Amino acid sequence: MDLLIMFSSPLFLLLLGFFIGIRLESNHYKSIRDRELEMRDLVAINFSRLPLDIEVEKAEMVTGSVVVSLDYFKRFLAQLRAVVGGRIKSYEPLLDRARREAVLRMKEQALANGHNRVINMRLETSRLANSRGGGKRTAGVEVLAYGTALSVREKS
Amino acid sequence: MLCSNTEEIPGQQIVEFYGVVTGSTVRSKHIGRDILAGFKNLVGGELKGYTELLQEARKEALDRMMDQARSVGANAVINVRFGTSSVAQGAAELFAYGTAVRVE
Repeated sequence: MDLLIMFSSPLFLLLLGFFIGIRLESNHYKSIRDRELEMRDLVAINFSRLPLDIEVEKAEMVTGSVVVSLDYFKRFLAQLRAVVGGRIKSYEPLLDRARREAVLRMKEQALANGHNRVINMRLETSRLANSRGGGKRTAGVEVLAYGTALSVREKS
Repeated sequence: MLCSNTEEIPGQQIVEFYGVVTGSTVRSKHIGRDILAGFKNLVGGELKGYTELLQEARKEALDRMMDQARSVGANAVINVRFGTSSVAQGAAELFAYGTAVRVE
């Protein structure tokens, strides 16, 4: 019983969020950077057509999405911050990570299907409400990236 | 069935328009997933259960849209857009819409 109280105490949750949250975030950033470097050659643009005169062999729509959430510690920080207002630094990396991850997943799908360009890329963000807690507590943020993947060949 | 979110399919000619087609699905997650996501919420990071749920739902919406396009005799859907709306506590609607066309 004592153990249960300890594990559900806010202080324990704050520490858990702080240590594991920071680790998860830095690992995720590392993986994002590695994969972005790997997929540098697959260019994604948000024009609706290719600005170059090249031959298109096939086209297909690709999507990538991810749902992420903040740790307990950062949510706590954000609540404190909301008292005085201003920039909430703890939320910024969350959305940044989600967008980059979604774009990477979209590119992975394009690569897997043998494409080498993505045009007309769009990003959409939506908030997932938790069904418990009156829907007020945010369960996470979903980011969707979608675009049209193309297989192109230089005109000879 | 071709699908694209551009106004034309690169490398193909549009020969006929059939109008807007839509597809949607309303989903909710089961309580087990909710509880797991609640735990994951403590340490942050990706909520895989929700990611999968939304991906499946979106795929279903796209499939329904393409079924509709097929039924009017189209062979491609262009200018596809996605939308999300929360209709009830813990449930979300995902919809996809686009213009059904015949390309050659």
